[in-house]
Amino acid sequence: MADLFDKFDPMIRAREALGFEDTSPIDVVMEQIISPTEAVIKGKRTILAGTNNYLGLTFDPRCIQAAHEALDAAGTGTTGSRVLNGTYTGHKALEAAIANLYGAQHCMVFSTGFLANMASIGTIAGKDDVIVIDADSHASIYDACKMSDATIVRFKHNDADDLDKRLRRLGTGANVLIVIEGLYSMLGDKAPMKELVEVKNRHGASLMVDEAHSLGVFGETGCGVVQEAGVMHDVEFVVGTFSKSVGTIGGYCVSNHPKFEILRLAARPYMFTASLPPSVVASALKAIEILGSEPQHREKLWRNARQLHEGLTRAGFNLGAAPSPVVAVKIDDRDMAVRLWEQLLNNGVYVNLAMPPATPQGLNLLRCSLSAAHTEEQVKTIVDTFERLARSNSVLSQPAA
Amino acid sequence: MSNALDEIVTLIAPLNRKGVAVTPSSTFATDLEWDSLTVMDFVAEMEDHFDIIIPLNLLPDLETVGQVADAVNTLIEKKNG
Repeated sequence: MADLFDKFDPMIRAREALGFEDTSPIDVVMEQIISPTEAVIKGKRTILAGTNNYLGLTFDPRCIQAAHEALDAAGTGTTGSRVLNGTYTGHKALEAAIANLYGAQHCMVFSTGFLANMASIGTIAGKDDVIVIDADSHASIYDACKMSDATIVRFKHNDADDLDKRLRRLGTGANVLIVIEGLYSMLGDKAPMKELVEVKNRHGASLMVDEAHSLGVFGETGCGVVQEAGVMHDVEFVVGTFSKSVGTIGGYCVSNHPKFEILRLAARPYMFTASLPPSVVASALKAIEILGSEPQHREKLWRNARQLHEGLTRAGFNLGAAPSPVVAVKIDDRDMAVRLWEQLLNNGVYVNLAMPPATPQGLNLLRCSLSAAHTEEQVKTIVDTFERLARSNSVLSQPAA
Repeated sequence: MSNALDEIVTLIAPLNRKGVAVTPSSTFATDLEWDSLTVMDFVAEMEDHFDIIIPLNLLPDLETVGQVADAVNTLIEKKNG
């Protein structure tokens, strides 16, 4: 009998071929967290430019205090599912606050963003239904599709005409759930929301938008790309996560569907896992209040995003998309991407190394994400370090003398 | 009975980076060394070429070029009623 793990041999070989000198991304340990934008890694003070901590709320004193109070009042964990002993006053308050933020009738909170997608996509679409997803969808969307009994169809990334074509081919028989993201996490490109909603409405389908990377980032009160595009009430479901702008962990789904609440009895990733700990719920609730009522964090985030995008563009880098809090630097050669990533780390700048198949179009990316908590000085240091290392490795040509 | 095999082999050609001889028994993962994303992009190309929908649900059973051709033939026949 062969070894169960033999199937991983190609992956093991591929990983070994990447040629990290000392540290690979999975070896990175945050030895000390100094602030939302700084940590000690390998004994060195490092600027964090790849943490998705968009609003920098992980150290907000109000969030910390709310978490402390809940911890003292309600203990370390709920030890139970939402449908057993795991629904506390805090869970209901958090759901009410998110529903209120979106002006929606219903909200369900899940234990992670991944589970929010598994529970909502995987349950809402059943055997006779069709799920149509954007080709560049996150792994949690693909896996939710696998969990569902629905027929799965993929359309070309951010292409409303391609979606239209596929919906036309599908005909009018089945119920269709379209799933897209607000901001795509790898390249930092935004969905053409109005165009996609128009196609969706024309075909009588339902639309779910994953605002994982856009909650708190877009829209007047931070609801995401659906709010910025003015289509919030044309979208049947919005899902999102607390692990980015909200600064903790968990996920949610909001909807106005009159039968939405039945998911509490139908969605297995909601029922068969423990609910969020009270301290997590309390800091999430505080962060949701802050992101809805304090646009200054969003404004600062965007200033930082534009500064980084402009700086890297001026230096000559090829970037993934228009300015957004996700700024992806494309590096043609894979070995060079690996080397630059490690040199950035050794020079005090942590970014994300992203490679196929996690990236679209076979791209190798040094992916940065900005925070409202970054200072102008830190962003400048990120740009300067990128530029210096890219020039010394001849990824960028030397500046004219 | 339609036969999509020849057209599929033609569609594979530009993506056949290793230049292997494509036969019905060629596998996408091992012979052509395509990753899952390349396979899915190729599915989209076949969908447009034949004007059909190839659900992703079918992919686990489509390991070889011949299996894909059979599936496409079935989908074309279904479309034409």
